[in-house]
Amino acid sequence: MGPASRGEEQKDLFAKGKEFLEMYNKVAAFTQELMDQNAQLRQQMAALQTEREGMVNGVGDPSNQRLWKRLEELKQERQQILDRYHQKEEENKDFYERFLEIEMENNNLANLYVASYQLHSTLEFQEVLDVITEIIINLIGAQTFALWLLDEKKNLLHPVKAEGLALETLVPVTPGEGIIGSVAEAGEVWYREKLSPETTMDVDQPMVCVPLKIKERVIGVIAVYRLLQQKERLVKVDYELFTLLAAHAATAVFGARLYSDSVRKRKTIKGFLDLLTH
Amino acid sequence: MSLLKVLVVEDSPTMRQLIAFALKPLKDCEIVEATDGLDGLKKLNEQQFSIALIDINMPLMDGLKLIRLMKENSRNRQIPVVIISTEGGEVVKEKARALGVNAYITKPIKAANVLQTVRSLIAAPPSATATPARAT
Repeated sequence: MGPASRGEEQKDLFAKGKEFLEMYNKVAAFTQELMDQNAQLRQQMAALQTEREGMVNGVGDPSNQRLWKRLEELKQERQQILDRYHQKEEENKDFYERFLEIEMENNNLANLYVASYQLHSTLEFQEVLDVITEIIINLIGAQTFALWLLDEKKNLLHPVKAEGLALETLVPVTPGEGIIGSVAEAGEVWYREKLSPETTMDVDQPMVCVPLKIKERVIGVIAVYRLLQQKERLVKVDYELFTLLAAHAATAVFGARLYSDSVRKRKTIKGFLDLLTH
Repeated sequence: MSLLKVLVVEDSPTMRQLIAFALKPLKDCEIVEATDGLDGLKKLNEQQFSIALIDINMPLMDGLKLIRLMKENSRNRQIPVVIISTEGGEVVKEKARALGVNAYITKPIKAANVLQTVRSLIAAPPSATATPARAT
């Protein structure tokens, strides 16, 4: 190897050494930076640890104790308010149910009052029959029914009013015969347990049979065969209306008959007196 | 204070009394009764009403015809109409709907239901662009 090549080699080594030294310095600086960050993080961790310990130990601090106590009080108050709210909710529910009951009762009483009022609002026999018909159609909701009145002399129930079927199709009934006759004799309301919509209507097989009674004296019978399409079944007020009809319709019919008899007799007597005086 | 005027067109005195009872809670309310469709029409032409409750099956003029005539009259067209009837079938209800009836109540009635229906119709009157029914 000559002196020139040795010089070149030395230069290379020097350059590499310089490069290595630079890299070493960089690594050293980076390592120092990491160590500094590590130290910083350690310090922060130590500070947080101290703070946490301070917070745990600080429960005993009087101002903190007051806050904790107030917090507990507020929690209790909240629970009490919630309990009262639920209680009021239950009470409201009870009140609402009671309101609905009263509304229904009010509705029933209105029906009964109107029925009773109308029954006793006239002494004209035909008008009384019309009122009975209106009550059964509009208040009870029956589509097909008939009314028989007892001829006490012949002991026969004669049909006098019919709705939803021809009056001519009805025949007089002897008390004690069939459902209608049995009801007239016994004086007790009769209800069919169930009426299927497909059941063919039979005048001898009513759905409901109500005797018109003054005390124990039966003067007639109402037989209901079918309800209106929109009326699925009889309800509580219907039974009450039947009871009302049993008594009040009987009195109204009886009174109207007496009135028409007295008017007729009065006319007869007046006519006779006119004959005598002229 | 504006007076509420309710027309009740119903041939049954029992029903007229029951409807009047049902509407008793309405404040400042005057109920005018008509005994059939013709009487109802006469009263509609003589007075101004806030709402009309009409039965269907009546002598002289039935309720549907009365409503048809009401809807053809510009003066009465906007009056809300409630039908109260024994007719519960869909055919009749459809005819009523076609005439522009606002509510349909079947008998036997519940007083609370009638009152609530009238209150709701008075509180929110029907649209002013309601089309009148065709005469048939």
